[in-house]
Amino acid sequence: MIFALVLIPVIAAALAMLIRSDVLCRGVLVLTAAVHAGLTGWAWIARPEPVMKGWLAIDDLGLLFLSIVSLLFLTATIYAVGYLRNEHGGEQEDMEEGFLFNNAPEARFTGCLLMFLATMTLVTVSRHLGLLWVAVEATTLASAPLIYFHRHHRSLEATWKYLLICSVGIALALLGNFFLVVAASVPESGSVSLMLSDLIGLGEKMQTPWLKAAFLFLLVGYGTKMGLAPLHTWLPDAHSESPSVVSALLSGALLNCAFLGILRGHQICRAAGLEMFSRDLLILFGLISIGWAAVFILNQADYKRMLAYSSVEHMGILALGVGVGGGAIFGAMLHAVNHSLTKAMLFLVAGNILAAYKTKSTADVRGVVRALPISGVLWVAGFLAITGMPPFGIFMSKLTIIKAMLDQGRGWMTAGFLGMLAVIFVGMSATMLKMAQGRAPEMRLGEMKSEKIWSLVPPAILSVLILILGLYIPPVVSEVLGDVAKALGGE
Amino acid sequence: MYTLIDMVMIVLVLTNLILLGTSRLRTCIELIAIQGIALGVLPLLVHGESLGFEPIVFSAIIITLKGVVFPWVLVRALSQLNVRREVEPFVGYGVSLILGPLALASCLWIGSRLPLPGETVSTMSVPVGLFTMMAGLFLIVSRKKALTQVMGYLVLENGINAMGVAIAKEQPYLVELGILLDVFVAVFVMGIIIFHINREFDHIDTDQMSSLRS
Repeated sequence: MIFALVLIPVIAAALAMLIRSDVLCRGVLVLTAAVHAGLTGWAWIARPEPVMKGWLAIDDLGLLFLSIVSLLFLTATIYAVGYLRNEHGGEQEDMEEGFLFNNAPEARFTGCLLMFLATMTLVTVSRHLGLLWVAVEATTLASAPLIYFHRHHRSLEATWKYLLICSVGIALALLGNFFLVVAASVPESGSVSLMLSDLIGLGEKMQTPWLKAAFLFLLVGYGTKMGLAPLHTWLPDAHSESPSVVSALLSGALLNCAFLGILRGHQICRAAGLEMFSRDLLILFGLISIGWAAVFILNQADYKRMLAYSSVEHMGILALGVGVGGGAIFGAMLHAVNHSLTKAMLFLVAGNILAAYKTKSTADVRGVVRALPISGVLWVAGFLAITGMPPFGIFMSKLTIIKAMLDQGRGWMTAGFLGMLAVIFVGMSATMLKMAQGRAPEMRLGEMKSEKIWSLVPPAILSVLILILGLYIPPVVSEVLGDVAKALGGE
Repeated sequence: MYTLIDMVMIVLVLTNLILLGTSRLRTCIELIAIQGIALGVLPLLVHGESLGFEPIVFSAIIITLKGVVFPWVLVRALSQLNVRREVEPFVGYGVSLILGPLALASCLWIGSRLPLPGETVSTMSVPVGLFTMMAGLFLIVSRKKALTQVMGYLVLENGINAMGVAIAKEQPYLVELGILLDVFVAVFVMGIIIFHINREFDHIDTDQMSSLRS
């Protein structure tokens, strides 16, 4: 079944590249996403057996991240089908500078989207760190063409940055893998492997200096991809220039996958008794990311960039939560789910706003609630959710993390964290609420078409989910979250 | 065998130093091909006496990819572009050539401080691997042309590879092949993107691509 999870999207991608008809391509896309989600759902009921001598297996942590990927992909697919139908045909005018450009062929876009799903799935099911590395690098390569869907100079610049910065970053993670091998080469270990279970099994026998170096390289390498400041420089460009549906997947699914790589390293450090070392580093990078994002969210002139910086912030919160440890790990894992769903929803709504107003400038968008009633309401709901207002899920997860910080007597850190969150709240409310309120410019109102159903259902589903998660966490989910937290040293 | 491994390491060091000092893109590509072939020979030398079937196949794959295919992709990209040399890099060639040996010295020092446990393939591999990585990173940040940056990425990858062969003797071949496949696709995709950059901007100077700011 694990093979099916990885291989079905690969086969579908090959099909999509071969099929001439765009309509059939979209059918393949939706069908694959549905089957993938179905298989993932089945994995919750009956956990599949490990395959390939345990190289591929679904543990609790993998299952959680796989489910996020699968769910987001399914909703994004529904949106993508409508989006692709709308984008179809001929040259288009650039929204900002007014020149004409073409889109990449749709079959290539669909194929890369499916390969993106396959590679992200492989990341979540890899239990061998070498294979994990191969899969993470493959996600970069599969998603780069997606960012360059609109063929113009800004998206090209974003794609180049993404490709080069992430490839170099991930190359450093490869060095981290080799250092892990050295750390594990002790007389007791026999032949050294990069299997997660073997490395955890070695425990304190591992050589600490090499293990420390290994974790550092893994953190910097995968952290580049995850968007931890100051390594995040590719992220705002890629998120703002790619089609909204791709931004949603990058932010909601891909960043988590990179985080998984860091968490695997953390698991090994924990087993080897280096827990404090890795936790302190995670806290440091977490706080830097939140602070950095706060600075750039204030007065941000481009709303998609603002959402991208908000992703940097939330990745920081994830790292901080795992670093703080104790109850905060449960909070961080819950936060990963909440952030993915909320941010994907916001990017999809941002796509609707962009399509209607034809600008990414926050200053030029006014009166979304009146001009696009449903998108406008979703936008405001998304604002409340992402800044951590009750009753949405992020409120719960942030509260859990803050409570754990206070329980450990980290008063100053809590105060700083809350201060930065307050700055981000002010920054986001200033832009997002202004966009929602007021009167839309007359000239824009005339050209606007009514809201399309395909563009509303996916974000609406996601917003219902984050509302539910804020009020009630189903026992099945909280059980898995609890098991994940335990595996990472939480309570 | 060990002296032969050290020879490979010396080839890496020399090619790195020339790479830092040359402006002709064609020469850079040739140097990277030499590095690729040198790295391809390494698995044969490391497995020395007990030479099995797998190292030979693996070594053939590395030589084909790193020694022939990657340089071919780069040469093809070069022939489509209207550039022959890297002009006015951020850091000049004279300065680069002075920085090179300094970096090498510091890598040797770091290498002496990082003793590898157990029996090692070559004491040179860690410092030389580090130096190659540094040279690659330096090429990426100090040169303007997108093509040179791809070469920098390849040199960086070669450095990690050189270290990996020495310290992780028994990497499963599946993973090694996966890594090679990834690098192959990366070079391929980067080549395509460079082609588009050239068509869109009429140049491949990455410092002039600056419309995206905070």
